[in-house]
Amino acid sequence: MKQQQLECAANTAVDSRTLYTNLTMAGFGGQGLMFIGKLLAFSAMKAGLQVSWIPSYGPEMRGGTANCTVVIANEPIASPVIRSPETLIIMNNPSLEAFEPRLKSGGTLFVNSNLVTCPATRKDIEVVAVPADEVAQSAGGRKAANMVMLGAYLAKVAILDKSQIEYGFLEFFGSKAAQTLDLNMKAFSLGAAFSQADCKTKKES
Amino acid sequence: MEKLFMTGNEAIAEAAIRSGCLYYFGYPITPQNEIPEYMSTRLPELGGAFLQAESEIAAIYMVYGAAGAGMRVMSSSSSPGISLKQEGLSYIAAAELPCVIVNMMRGGPGLGGIQPSQSDYFQATKGGGHGDYHLFVLAPSTVQEAVSLTGDAFDIADKYRTPVMILGDGIIGQMMEPVEFEQRPRSKEYDKSWALSGAKGRPRNVIKTLYLDPQKLEQHNLKLQDKYQKMKEDVRIEHYLCDDAEIVIAAYGTVARIAKTAVQILRDKGIKVGLLRPITLYPFPYDHFQEIAERIRKVLVVEMSLGQMVEDVKLAVNGKAEVAFYGRTGGIVPSYEEIAAELEKQLF
Repeated sequence: MKQQQLECAANTAVDSRTLYTNLTMAGFGGQGLMFIGKLLAFSAMKAGLQVSWIPSYGPEMRGGTANCTVVIANEPIASPVIRSPETLIIMNNPSLEAFEPRLKSGGTLFVNSNLVTCPATRKDIEVVAVPADEVAQSAGGRKAANMVMLGAYLAKVAILDKSQIEYGFLEFFGSKAAQTLDLNMKAFSLGAAFSQADCKTKKES
Repeated sequence: MEKLFMTGNEAIAEAAIRSGCLYYFGYPITPQNEIPEYMSTRLPELGGAFLQAESEIAAIYMVYGAAGAGMRVMSSSSSPGISLKQEGLSYIAAAELPCVIVNMMRGGPGLGGIQPSQSDYFQATKGGGHGDYHLFVLAPSTVQEAVSLTGDAFDIADKYRTPVMILGDGIIGQMMEPVEFEQRPRSKEYDKSWALSGAKGRPRNVIKTLYLDPQKLEQHNLKLQDKYQKMKEDVRIEHYLCDDAEIVIAAYGTVARIAKTAVQILRDKGIKVGLLRPITLYPFPYDHFQEIAERIRKVLVVEMSLGQMVEDVKLAVNGKAEVAFYGRTGGIVPSYEEIAAELEKQLF
């Protein structure tokens, strides 16, 4: 429980001198995990931070699994290759199976609980289960489940705020992205709110 | 200067264009396809030429032609495709033509796989094709460095009239990082009076690689060797925390970055370890290794191969320090935890 409180406390005070974090996000191709990875890294770059983004580029097919790893720091990034990430965002069962064993001890596992039906097995990690499909549906479209997860993540690891993500969204993805901005940012906010409520519940329990 | 967020492949393509490269010939292969993709959009807009050839072999001879005409020209491929270009590279080196070739290495041998690798070190640095020749080989470890080395590659190619290889791997190609395209000092005007630019009003130029008279061929080879000796003035290496190091890791490209984190972890534990990162693989920074071997106990060479650069390190160190090796291959990328653990084993 102490670990959870520390995690929750971390979202209010990020020490700007020693900022370093990394995460891997994984799911089916088409769920927009590469998208949120790029969005996060690009927005962090615009906020003056150092970033790297590495995709999986295996012989994947539509509907197969895809993943990417992002490192964010305020000093030059040495290794962009991360075997054991501090955080995971997981959007399907095969990815949970592949990545849960690699999560750093004490790390946080965000799962889309509408799609990840297998339970996480490790006891040394914090699990944040977000019904991202439902939340996205309530924002106006299930396709924005990726943004729900990103919102949930950033509510916990407060390295960027909503306006920075919104700026990144428009800058990096251009006019095409602008059409879906409202839906995506609404999904982001609902994800963040869900995560904050989850954090509060855990603190009180 | 605005920071852009680009893959290594795109960044190299853009850097080439900014260096005045208007001609690109290639054939698709993963993990470098973003280079031809980028070139196919930009070069026609700029009045240059992009051509997807019928094969890597055709592409390298198109490079031969454009370089012979005095143009800045580039091709790129990945391991199996680079093997196909070797004959042409031997001809280009023999004909003393400047060009830039990118190899985003993937696991071999044969068709191998598409994941990152460094197993073409021998091929890149020792000649690759037939005959006594070398490429000038640059190994970037970040996307930003890939940009600056691409600019340098074109200058080095013109300076020495030689083919230059940028040796990356799947990670460098696919990874996205912030990049700035600083205004490079304008390349000096290199003498291209040798080029086949139309002989009206002057004696015709001849570009050839056939010397049937052994006396002449030996002279030609000696001239090439002389050039390879001169290239040593452009040797480059990064020393990281080496001053008080008792043991150093030697690695290049992507692996050097991973090893840098391993060094940081080990330093936190009080272990006096440093990193030597060759940036030019040919000419190899022998002198730097020789010098550091005098004051360290051991070098641990880490590669994504089963031991290629380690041979040059051994030559350089020449018994003055112990040389150990750790490698992963087939597309497996070693983690920094793995490298740190290996170094700790090597302490005893």
